[in-house]
Amino acid sequence: MSDEEFPLLSELKKGPWPSFVKEIEKTVEQKPEIKDLLKQLERSYEDKITYWKHGGIVSVKGYGGGVIGRYSFLAKECPGIAEFHTMRVNQPSGYFYTTEALRKICDVWDEYGSGLTNMHGSTGDIILLGTTTKNLQPCFNALAKAGFDLGGSGSALRTPNACVGPARCEFALFDTLALCYDLTMTYQDELHRPMWPYKFKFKISGCPNDCVAAKARSDFAIIGTWKDEIKIDQEQVKKYAEEGVDIQKQVVEQCPTKCIEYDEEKKELKIDNENCVRCMHCINVLPKALRPGDVRGACILLGGKAPILEGPVIGWLIVPFIPADELADTVKDLAEKVWDWWDENGKYRERVAELVERMGMMNFLEAVGLEPDPRMIKHPRENPFFFWREEDLKPRVDPWKIWREAEKALEE
Amino acid sequence: MASEPVEEEYISDIGPPDFREMLPPVIKKNYGKWKYHEVLKPGVLVHVAESGDKVYTVRAGEPRLMSTQSIRQICELADKYCDGYIRFTTRNNIEFLLTDESKIDDLIKEVEELGYPVGGTWDATKAKYSLSNIVHTQGWIHCHTPAIDASGVVKSIMDALFDHFKNMDLPGLCRISLACCLNMCGAVHASDISLVGVHRTPPMPDDDTIRRTCEIPSTVSGCPTGALRPDMKRKTIIVDESKCMYCGNCYTMCPGMPCFDPENGGVAILAGGKISDARAPARLSKVIVPWLPNNPPRWPEVVDVIKAILETWAAEAKPHERIAEWIDRIGWEKFFEKTGIEFKVQLIDDFRQPRHTFRTTTQFKW
Repeated sequence: MSDEEFPLLSELKKGPWPSFVKEIEKTVEQKPEIKDLLKQLERSYEDKITYWKHGGIVSVKGYGGGVIGRYSFLAKECPGIAEFHTMRVNQPSGYFYTTEALRKICDVWDEYGSGLTNMHGSTGDIILLGTTTKNLQPCFNALAKAGFDLGGSGSALRTPNACVGPARCEFALFDTLALCYDLTMTYQDELHRPMWPYKFKFKISGCPNDCVAAKARSDFAIIGTWKDEIKIDQEQVKKYAEEGVDIQKQVVEQCPTKCIEYDEEKKELKIDNENCVRCMHCINVLPKALRPGDVRGACILLGGKAPILEGPVIGWLIVPFIPADELADTVKDLAEKVWDWWDENGKYRERVAELVERMGMMNFLEAVGLEPDPRMIKHPRENPFFFWREEDLKPRVDPWKIWREAEKALEE
Repeated sequence: MASEPVEEEYISDIGPPDFREMLPPVIKKNYGKWKYHEVLKPGVLVHVAESGDKVYTVRAGEPRLMSTQSIRQICELADKYCDGYIRFTTRNNIEFLLTDESKIDDLIKEVEELGYPVGGTWDATKAKYSLSNIVHTQGWIHCHTPAIDASGVVKSIMDALFDHFKNMDLPGLCRISLACCLNMCGAVHASDISLVGVHRTPPMPDDDTIRRTCEIPSTVSGCPTGALRPDMKRKTIIVDESKCMYCGNCYTMCPGMPCFDPENGGVAILAGGKISDARAPARLSKVIVPWLPNNPPRWPEVVDVIKAILETWAAEAKPHERIAEWIDRIGWEKFFEKTGIEFKVQLIDDFRQPRHTFRTTTQFKW
């Protein structure tokens, strides 16, 4: 493109960080009609407003989601992007690809779409940006032949996502990738056919470092943790000390519960595991010397979401521990109970967190069959305004009856 | 509107490919048996397995918007150096996995020649951290609700902070995220620094569009502050502008209710969130700048604030201390003083149950 034609966008070709404008230009080399995207984008940069219309329901046969309809306000001036729908394509767990598989996606997208992608979208999908209504079904069919399927959109289960896990991380406390794949395959119907009050997200992190931001970004976060003692290799502790790691300052003083002691002379670490909250800091700093224990599994945090509607939420703990070998079954059983309750009670566009806030944790716990646990809260409530039920109480005594009888007795 | 029917075998609900088919042999062999990792230099990790096998990771930042042509070029490098395997990260990085250490530098050279900088790693043992890539949303390239662009703001910020991506010169982890409206499909609400496109003007109902495209009762009941009421006679929606806080939810539900205003929309900046539970627990980000102008193509006001926060924190923080932990130590009053960011009245919460954010102690700093 000539920089005179798109002066504002050409500013964003400068500088050391990879330029998205150059990526569009690369696409224009192959598909001249995509120049209309630059035209519209330059206009947005001039006028400081989007030129994409609101929605439009488009889909492929048998699916209720996975395609985001998009039409341009500038269709007459930019016919190349008059229809510019997105396809969300479910990524393989952990974002691992063979180049053969990636090239197949490129082949399909070069044939049926704009050639522009996001690697990846926020939820985890491969995002194929920009195709026409006419091309949706053939594109879907070609993707299916290449072994790929659509991800979630709308009021459906969104594409589950997981950290790299045991594939390339020594911290993974369970098989995040296998669980992600299992949930994705088990719930294909929930993923492809929106049927709930609003969206629902699973994200899976193998340890409390939470590299997929599960607790902030998913309604149902599955995060690895363990129950027994941190394993210490004192030889490796010594080696770190000899290599110049200031263990007192970098590890001991950074421990949030002050449960680590360091013997400077012997160069040995001692951990009071009863008071450890498994934050991962010491293990992050000394990965050769410290390892999580062997009683491994995950906890569940519920309700993570962005601000719309009632404000942002970081998920809160509802299950402190599920052993790794029971994880898949327990997660499915619990998630299905959550869905049933939410589906029954949720209002249109009400996320699970907002429903729990509206209906109360007591109702929620009862509905999904969880026992209360002090680990679920930061501290107990500061007000005594709770709802007792009939079965908690003795038969109601009428105070008026007591007083009136007393008055009557005095009169007599 | 369905697309045109196609006469061929119909495959559906096959799900994604099984990830096991996508794993390089060294990963397959040592799956779940990794012993430890080290950071060899910025952008390069080595993971060592119990078997003694090693896998080297070269991480490179990408712009999220990728052409198939670029993906093919990356595939060529993956064929040449990584036996035809490649992976990506949740923060828009490409990761090349190698088994031959001697090929690392040649690969880095070729990746960087393609325009993708190698970096974005951290070494917790040495308390040296790179800035990681920014996660963000679509903006004007593809979205119908954005108050600002996304890719352009991110490019401007990463250009300004480029050296921090390339070098591990920060005291702690710093995650920057951007969402171009409050829908936050990027879920940026728990980041060290987050940027959010915000509207500041109420929706402008277009009666004709509302009649044609909206379900009035659900739109009205979807307003979190009760600012909407139906006008059943005229079959449209009336906005009580004094109750609107410009979240844009009504526009998501009803195309007839846009909040856009090129001059009044803009960028809010938040800081001090974190997601990892390492040391201090996870927490939400707090608003530190209520509004900056939407100023393409380079958003200089926004870049200046991000730089002020990042450089002040980088100069002052103790090893490992993230922005949230640094603020815990120095206090919010010192945060505003040190960064030079003006404390505006909008930063005092007045939405839901704001008193929990008020200071109820005589302990504070001058």
